[in-house]
Amino acid sequence: MTTGNAPTIVEGKTWRFPQAHLNTDLMMPGYALRLGIDEQARAVFATIRPGWVDEVADGDVLVTGRNFGTGSSRPAAVLFQRLGIAAIVAESLNDIFFRNCVNHGLPAMECPGILDGVTEGDSLLIDFASGTVRNNRTSDRLTGRKLPGELLDIVRAGGLYTQLQARGLVE
Amino acid sequence: MLENALARPGQILACTDSHTIAAGALNCAARGLGVLEMLQICSTGQTWYRVSPAIRVELVGHRPDNVFGKDIFLHLANVLGSVEGHDIEFTGPAIAELPMAERASLTTMCAELSANFALFPADEVTRDHVRRADPGNDQWEPVVPDPGADYVRSVTVDLGQLRPSVARPDFVAHNAVTPQDLDEPVPIHQAFIGSCANGKLDDLAVAALIVRGRKVAQGVRFLVTPASQRVYLDAVRAGYVADLVEAGAVVTNSTCGACYGGHLGLLGPGENCIASSTRNFSGRMGSPEAKIYLASSATVAASALTGIITDPTRYLAGAR
Repeated sequence: MTTGNAPTIVEGKTWRFPQAHLNTDLMMPGYALRLGIDEQARAVFATIRPGWVDEVADGDVLVTGRNFGTGSSRPAAVLFQRLGIAAIVAESLNDIFFRNCVNHGLPAMECPGILDGVTEGDSLLIDFASGTVRNNRTSDRLTGRKLPGELLDIVRAGGLYTQLQARGLVE
Repeated sequence: MLENALARPGQILACTDSHTIAAGALNCAARGLGVLEMLQICSTGQTWYRVSPAIRVELVGHRPDNVFGKDIFLHLANVLGSVEGHDIEFTGPAIAELPMAERASLTTMCAELSANFALFPADEVTRDHVRRADPGNDQWEPVVPDPGADYVRSVTVDLGQLRPSVARPDFVAHNAVTPQDLDEPVPIHQAFIGSCANGKLDDLAVAALIVRGRKVAQGVRFLVTPASQRVYLDAVRAGYVADLVEAGAVVTNSTCGACYGGHLGLLGPGENCIASSTRNFSGRMGSPEAKIYLASSATVAASALTGIITDPTRYLAGAR
């Protein structure tokens, strides 16, 4: 289920989604739920930013507004990973969405002020263990909410499934 | 969970649906988790929660006959807005007269304000519900706030001041008005009663009451989807399904169905739907060019009769 090892220091080019309360129906619409994962991934943000899925590349980083991922518990993190997104830094993260990011080994962090600190396309260096974000273009630094140890361990393991496998609890 | 009292006062319940929070109506600390976390719980018996600041909501006054759990929620949505990262705790003298179905409708909808947990206290109504759902099982102990507990915010809601309301499209925070206060009359193409929030027996009962002897407006699809097969059968036995069918409603099997655009009630471009379900996100029920309004089942049923979004009060007068 997870796509392998996820580092806890991530550097990547940013895509900026500033709208508050972007919901998971926009990320993983109902009609896509019965499709294969690649078709599901093509549906991500198709109504609010059509064509974005063709532009995003491996290692890119999402910078988002408040309460990102609100709504349904559908695991949109899986689709962002499929598209190559390596990390998410948000003004704030909806709790269920955040849980699913951790579960699937996608590092995600809250960092109030991040929207003002980033112009789309900037490269960020993010350390999820310390909660620090550095904008490589401006040299500005911000400190957000670091991942607690237990959650960091899950992310380092590549997600919950591989962590449980490593512990011999699942096949 | 609610119907069978699988959620118990004083317990912590893990489930993957985002509306797991509904079980807070039973004084149960319940919230949605990811599917992989269920595997983790099965494998290890453990999961994690972040302790969040709490908002106290005091319910006072006497609830009028035209005001339901959904209307209480819509008022709260106007007052609080989105409360991501917070818990909600309900308290107050009006709770004693609030049936479990209305409490559950309210806690279910707290997910739409991104609340983490939404807890009601346990009282006689709670005890009755659990006893009837699962007789003989008394293995639970309610939880109550500590004396002097800290709340980051406290609001009081006088139920006597509330009126039937409707959330306008796309989101619920700070977005509800009375039908009379909509900018202009809103004609509807579809009326939907269903979902975990408002597909219960009480919802079908009030809808049947309102439409009995009347007809759904020309051009309106009125879909009624019971929240469980037991609700469906109870509604059949009580005669509600016959009332609804005779009025021109389509009564479906129990399913999430139209609520998430699954089936039986997808919206086309340019359509307006009034629904008693949980979400009005753009595109959720089909076309992104459709508009979804949210309301109580009574308001939905009244609107189905008139073909425009309608206050249900005159259909409820003298009833209940």
